[in-house]
Amino acid sequence: MIRLEDIHKSFDQNEVLKGISTVFETGKTNLIIGQSGSGKTVLLKCIIGLLEPDSGDILYDNRRFAEMGQKERTNLRSELGMLFQGSALFDSLTVEENVLFPLRMFSELNNKDKVKRARYCLDRVGLKDIYSQFPSEISGGMQKRAAIARAISLNPKYLFCDEPNSGLDPLTSIKIDELIMDITKEYKMTTIINTHDMNSVVTMGEKIIFIYQGDKEWEGCKEDLFYAKNEKLNEFVFASKFFQKNTENAFKE
Amino acid sequence: MNLLEHVGRYSILMYQTFSLPQKWKLFFKQTVKEVEKLGANSLPITFIISLFMGAVMTMQTQMNIENPLLPSYTVGLVTRDTLLLEFCSSILCLILAGKVGSNIASEIGTMRISEQIDAMDIMGVNSANYIILPKITGFVLFIPLLVIWSMFCGLIGGYFISLMTDLITPATYIYGIQYWFIPWYVYYSLIKSVIFAFIIASVSSYYGYYAYGGALDVGKASTNAVVNSSILILMLNVILTKILLS
Repeated sequence: MIRLEDIHKSFDQNEVLKGISTVFETGKTNLIIGQSGSGKTVLLKCIIGLLEPDSGDILYDNRRFAEMGQKERTNLRSELGMLFQGSALFDSLTVEENVLFPLRMFSELNNKDKVKRARYCLDRVGLKDIYSQFPSEISGGMQKRAAIARAISLNPKYLFCDEPNSGLDPLTSIKIDELIMDITKEYKMTTIINTHDMNSVVTMGEKIIFIYQGDKEWEGCKEDLFYAKNEKLNEFVFASKFFQKNTENAFKE
Repeated sequence: MNLLEHVGRYSILMYQTFSLPQKWKLFFKQTVKEVEKLGANSLPITFIISLFMGAVMTMQTQMNIENPLLPSYTVGLVTRDTLLLEFCSSILCLILAGKVGSNIASEIGTMRISEQIDAMDIMGVNSANYIILPKITGFVLFIPLLVIWSMFCGLIGGYFISLMTDLITPATYIYGIQYWFIPWYVYYSLIKSVIFAFIIASVSSYYGYYAYGGALDVGKASTNAVVNSSILILMLNVILTKILLS
């Protein structure tokens, strides 16, 4: 479980996060949604420690991040897995070496077991027989899968995904969403996903927080999303005519 | 950003870089890769440049010596000393600042904008140490070899001129390059080149590591890396010459 307590973050005079508090639950896919520029990525970067909040606190299973020493923070980082928007696979390494990288840096396993573990993770995400290919030689969807395999190689307790479907076709997007949901349950992780893709929201939104201009505007789950009485949220959710139509039909039925 | 901020950020980056590697085995492996990429791959360009520069130096020295009192072996002597004192350290490093510096800055810059460095930081890897230290170590270790290779190729370039033209006889040239040889000039050149190699690798890494934005910004980082490394090399050259030769 990750708890945020009154997170503020500004860049010069621009206040990007205006006091966000919430709880992200273990074993669930927690979504942060909002328009571009609403502060989602800044919030995610604050949670994973790439940015330091100006005030407020982040608790990882009741461990306060601000009170942690350097060693504790390094230990905590080995419990995090991150899936970046652009996959962020290392260009100079093969797919297998990418997944092996965190194992080589942090695992005490012998080399044979590390390779075994890396291959298990790649097989788990459906990437067989491309171990020796470089990231530039595989498709965007495969790169995302490889990045997920790398993220789960050390059995993380927390998984963060920054717009996991960006640049993918709808079919591949669904497969990536399902994969993230499956591994969240399988590894009992606290998964936080940053997205503005409504298909992902209705597929994965077990817990959703909606950010509007740096404020938490709404909190709920996918079942509540279409019935919420929040104007700003409705504007965001029903921006697509497809959702408008389908929701109207659902209400009629 | 002012000069003081750059110096501060550069110092912080070097502090992060020069910590003990988290995994020595990976560090050695990376260093060997960098020796090949930054050092061994520079051997051909060093060969071509040094060979032709040695040849041109020999021709120009011969053509510009008009005083009949100067012995003909002066051509070999001047070519050798110019190569040892300036060309094989300072000029070669200026050329390598272009080749190696832009390579380092663009590689690290691309890693930065494609979030590969962020990925390492999130894993708890000291990204500066993992990426930059092997580059600095590899290049600094290999530069003496490049300098000696450059000296050899430059002298061979001059020898070819003595063989192919009637400006100077091969025997006079060989006599000239051996005449009044001062071994310290070789050490002086090696010391300078090691310092310049450190400047090239670290300054280029600095510009790459702090690149942000898109492809255009990586290009800018690469240009800044080459320009600033070159300026620092030229400035340090004056200081080192004063310290080491006076």
